[in-house]
Amino acid sequence: MLPVLVGLLILVIYFQVRNAAFLSSGNLVNLFVQSTIYILLGMAEIWLLLLGEIDLSIGITSVLGGAVAVILVDQQFHWSWFFALPLSVLVVTGIGALYGLIVVRLKVPSFIVTLAGYMTFQGVLIYLVDSQGTGGTITVHEKVLYDLVYGDVTPVWTWILIIAGVAFMGYRMIKFDLNRRSSGLVTDPLAFVLVKVALFAVAGVILALIFNTNRGSFIPLRGMPFAIPIDIGVLSFGTFILTKTKAGRYIYAIGGNSEAVRRAGVRVDRYRLLAFCLTGLTGGIGGLLYVSNLNGVNDGPPSTLTLYAIAAAVIGGTSLFGGRGKMIHAVVGGIIIASIYNGMALLSMSASTQYIVTGVVLLAAVTIDAVARRSNANN
Amino acid sequence: MSTTPESSELLSSTSGPSEHGGSGAGSATPLLSLRGISKNFGAVQAIQGVNLDIAPGKVTALIGDNGAGKSVLIKTISGIWEPSGGHMYWKGEEIHVHTPRNAAALGIATVYQDLALCDNLDIVQNMYLGREETKFSMLDEIKMELATNQLLRDLSVSTVKSVRQIVASLSGGQRQAIAVARAVMHDSQLVIMDEPTAALGVTQTAQVLQLIRTLAARGITVLVISHNLNDVFSVADNIAVMHLGTLCSSGPASNYDTASAVELITTGHSSRVASTLLPSS
Repeated sequence: MLPVLVGLLILVIYFQVRNAAFLSSGNLVNLFVQSTIYILLGMAEIWLLLLGEIDLSIGITSVLGGAVAVILVDQQFHWSWFFALPLSVLVVTGIGALYGLIVVRLKVPSFIVTLAGYMTFQGVLIYLVDSQGTGGTITVHEKVLYDLVYGDVTPVWTWILIIAGVAFMGYRMIKFDLNRRSSGLVTDPLAFVLVKVALFAVAGVILALIFNTNRGSFIPLRGMPFAIPIDIGVLSFGTFILTKTKAGRYIYAIGGNSEAVRRAGVRVDRYRLLAFCLTGLTGGIGGLLYVSNLNGVNDGPPSTLTLYAIAAAVIGGTSLFGGRGKMIHAVVGGIIIASIYNGMALLSMSASTQYIVTGVVLLAAVTIDAVARRSNANN
Repeated sequence: MSTTPESSELLSSTSGPSEHGGSGAGSATPLLSLRGISKNFGAVQAIQGVNLDIAPGKVTALIGDNGAGKSVLIKTISGIWEPSGGHMYWKGEEIHVHTPRNAAALGIATVYQDLALCDNLDIVQNMYLGREETKFSMLDEIKMELATNQLLRDLSVSTVKSVRQIVASLSGGQRQAIAVARAVMHDSQLVIMDEPTAALGVTQTAQVLQLIRTLAARGITVLVISHNLNDVFSVADNIAVMHLGTLCSSGPASNYDTASAVELITTGHSSRVASTLLPSS
């Protein structure tokens, strides 16, 4: 992941030199919010990429879920967000489960199944939005859904959440090291671990300061957008499943050698199906943030969202061929994509340039990764 | 020599194969006995009427030419598929192995030629694949790592630097060692190895052969398929030869030499080896 981080640093320096507003707290918060959709959909994609599968429709199905939420809370239904939001996430999870069943039971490649899903659910989405009779656009009026992106945690709670998060992570890292040490296993030097924890704490403080600096022009605007803890929550959940549970272990193993896993007595199909559901679940949450960010949904579905999701995962370092990747990769990749988007906008560059640069960065990231891996393998 | 399923029915009504005695391994009850095992795929008769006793704590080598039915036989024992006919006895008790899980539950572990390792996982993760230790339903990595270290020490596998390195970074011999270690890790009593030295260089072959001896010294029974007669004669206590789907000879390794083994492999009989076939029933 190091080359990618260096690449991000170069991007940041470039944009900052060209436009000093890039690293202003207002723009950074904006950038983080812009990146959430790529991050969440990238994480959704990683569940399947780890298996060596892919979802070409996540950009549509997630928005479909978002549309369901918007319609349920705003149109003639006026549901409570408390029911509407989970239900919409459930819809996307259900679509994931459907894909999974077709792939697992009927042995149709996920590439084809989700391509078919992309077209089908695009139609469903357009029909659903148009059928509301609001002229092809539905606007969010419901406060909770609106606040997912545009609402902020109070500055005090921003501090509390960040300190709690850093403390918890630091505790886990140190405890992990001490546990291994007391069992007589090889560990990093304790000082190394402490430095890592300290860096983590510094990053947390910087983030808290960025979030709590007033970024409003007319009225004061402070605190962490709700989208950030949602991202971190999904990241933590995904990382936990992948690293601490049998399910996560099997997802990696299936991506590496599914026949070996089957022979080890694991019910492979069950875990493949689970990964499809988790993709839907994660994508569903992403869809909510998408409609919140757009402040609604319209009948012109995003055509490139899926590709950005895959790009975010791959730029971060997740393999398309299965077995290799981490949830954090989507975070790094998502921030890179958002940085390009955001920085280019600041420099008043055209959309065409933005597409080209993103494409080049994607290619560069994958190439560097492939070269680095080959030289590692040769050693 | 062929045993029809009907005639071997008679055997199952008796108490087991041990009283038929006559295996090359002495008087102890065989760990695994096969009587009249046959397997056909549609019209193709892959193996037929195989009678074989596998003596406990010994290394038995199964040799034969390509297509002689060695792989079909071990896959039958391992529960990859069920035999079309015949009977299997585990320590004298008749058993029916329907799935690899059944075989594993009995204590039969098979190391296939492809080793069935996940290259992207580390050694510990591969060792415990499908049998992870958990604490509060979270993976107990420390327990698994300690046990892996201990097992590799017990098996004198000393060439791996860290059990946390991914399997893709290991040499062929090391990978074989990991696959074998995984097979014996969970109280396996019979380890079946398919061509363990086929793709290895001289040093690594020696390591794997040493590992097989270590297993036998620990009381684990080994059934090894090999094409390499040097390897066979250097580790095997007993030898069984297959020819065209039948077991044409079996007995203590001392009954054979390279010339007679080659003759048996190629023609199915040898004037130089006294008939050591088990009575079919």
